[in-house]
Amino acid sequence: MNEDKSHSARDYWKENVTLVLKLLSVWFVVSYGMGILFADFLDQYQVFGFRLGFWMAQQGAIYVFVALIFIYVRQMNILDKKYGVEEDEGDTPIEDKKTIEDIRREEP
Amino acid sequence: MDIQTLTYIFVGGTFALYIGIAIWAKAGTTDDFYVAGHHVHPLANGMATAADWMSAASFISMAGLISFMGRDGAMYLMGWTGGYVLLALLLAPYLRKFGQFTVPDFVGDRYYSNAARTVAVICALFVSFTYVAGQMRGVGIVFSRFLEVDITTGVIIGMSIVFFYAVLGGMKGITYTQVAQYCVLIFAFMVPAIFISILMTGNPVPQLGFGSQLADGSGTYLLDKLNGLSVELGFGEYTDGRKSTFDMFCITAALMVGTAGLPHVIVRFFTVPKVRDARLSAGYALILIAILYTTAPAVASFARLNLINTVSNAEYTATPQWFKNWEAIDLIAWRDKNNDGKIQYIAGDAFVGKPAFDSGAGANGERLLSNQNGNSDNELYIDQDIMVLANPEIADLPNWVIALVVAGGLAAALSTAAGLLLVISTSVAHDLFKKMLLPDITDKQELTFARMAVAIAVLIAGYFGINPPGFVAQVVAFAFGLAASTFFPIILMGIFYKRMNKEGAIAGMISGLLFTLIYIVYFKFIDPSANNASHWWFGVSPEGAGALGMTLNFIVAYGVSRFTPAPPEEVLNMVERIRVPRS
Repeated sequence: MNEDKSHSARDYWKENVTLVLKLLSVWFVVSYGMGILFADFLDQYQVFGFRLGFWMAQQGAIYVFVALIFIYVRQMNILDKKYGVEEDEGDTPIEDKKTIEDIRREEP
Repeated sequence: MDIQTLTYIFVGGTFALYIGIAIWAKAGTTDDFYVAGHHVHPLANGMATAADWMSAASFISMAGLISFMGRDGAMYLMGWTGGYVLLALLLAPYLRKFGQFTVPDFVGDRYYSNAARTVAVICALFVSFTYVAGQMRGVGIVFSRFLEVDITTGVIIGMSIVFFYAVLGGMKGITYTQVAQYCVLIFAFMVPAIFISILMTGNPVPQLGFGSQLADGSGTYLLDKLNGLSVELGFGEYTDGRKSTFDMFCITAALMVGTAGLPHVIVRFFTVPKVRDARLSAGYALILIAILYTTAPAVASFARLNLINTVSNAEYTATPQWFKNWEAIDLIAWRDKNNDGKIQYIAGDAFVGKPAFDSGAGANGERLLSNQNGNSDNELYIDQDIMVLANPEIADLPNWVIALVVAGGLAAALSTAAGLLLVISTSVAHDLFKKMLLPDITDKQELTFARMAVAIAVLIAGYFGINPPGFVAQVVAFAFGLAASTFFPIILMGIFYKRMNKEGAIAGMISGLLFTLIYIVYFKFIDPSANNASHWWFGVSPEGAGALGMTLNFIVAYGVSRFTPAPPEEVLNMVERIRVPRS
């Protein structure tokens, strides 16, 4: 791996981890925060027939989970393109079945 | 047509479909058998993952559990969906890039150690067997209640079907049958939910229905009405939490992390062609799962309200037929404590322990029990598991809906059982034989081993279905706790923390495993009388032990890895490689 390539791989990874951390903080806030820790507090607000804390715990959190994964998929596809590491449309399935033994054999 | 004829038609029809798919999708190579040749479309994989994931517990038991737990039921709803966020963001794409067949494969290669691989195989086998016994039991109960065959025959029929398509088709057969099973189970879950939502609130969308006003013209919101009735009967408000916040927190965490660490779910993401597909297919899977998981709490509150309205202060002799049907198979029990011929359903245990029936009949024709009275004037015992199956009958829906629910319950149980059996067979044929004991066998021989392993696993699972060990319900908590405290931390650090080495990983897995094991075994088996909040560590119930075990695993693994040598160069290269989709 040459200098330049490993440099961009490091940046790619950094951006990836930042994105994941951002999404996971939302994940934490809607489920553990709004659905558990602050559910009693939120229950004082009523939305239609639901108390808000109850609704977050039994409905809202799940909708946010779905949204988070699709945001992740979208952002990662953009990131892959930006760093030129996306898999091509016509690519055959990755036949990347190297095991540690294979790598050992390849390396001098 | 009567319910039984319709049920035979629906169940027979779906079974014929599954067998047809199995013949069409026969596996030719180990690639086909373990990971469907990596050729599954992300949407198809999403459907298969959803069916794989949603077991008899999700379909049959979950809404019932929530119905009796109120807001705390959210631990299952959030726990069993939130895990997919972890899976999609932290594990699935990288494991797909790694590109092997199984979870122990990854553990063994990443930690350059057959000891680590062996620990992983043991955990995978334990988790999967625990789970599969429960599925077979579910099949047996459904058969005995609705097709009036005994539980043993029911289990044998279920086993034969799974046997046929798992042995023949491996992952390929299982994947495409699961696609069909998803369609059957989601249709079967939604139809009665929509019917009941319309009946009770006039709103055809159950997710909105349980936040709407009742259709009786009173202008009262359904949940307010339910809260009122619950308080009146001494249960406390339905929409209030009852568990301690920290315990809720830990149980939810254990279920979430456990979900992300369950081998039969992870392995589904090995079947898609690309890394990008692995991410997308986790998204599809969660949408498809969320359809059921957002409907379940609505079903739970409908069922609760209907149940209270139907049984509270009703004359026993005037109760509908379903009440007596479930009583006949031991899942409902009533004792007329105050001799007024009416059912008093209030908070508290009606009896001590599970109902034990005597042969005689009481003054009103009810079955007599030998249990002592519980500490309450409550007269009614209802098994939580019957709520979903009984719901269409409680709401008086047409017979074909009831038959559909039966076919759906079977689809849910069989699809999960098949996925688990595959994990068991791969662990044995691939991880144990090919990778450790007999590395020189050919692909064809390995395939034969894999088929034999499935066959044996089906037989063992069937045995446990017919003779369930009394602890199935207790050990399900253990399956999640184990996955949470062993697999998840090790895989996560294997991808995100390059410096993690074999010493750290093995020490972490073993300490997480032992802690969770001892905590659960102590409170569930050795000293069940101490199983209450004052004896638990930090107030965490055994169901939440996985969260503590996971934390311990992280700490021990990190600590040990600081004082032991870094992993070799080729492992560092491998980690670099799995972090990038194309390299």
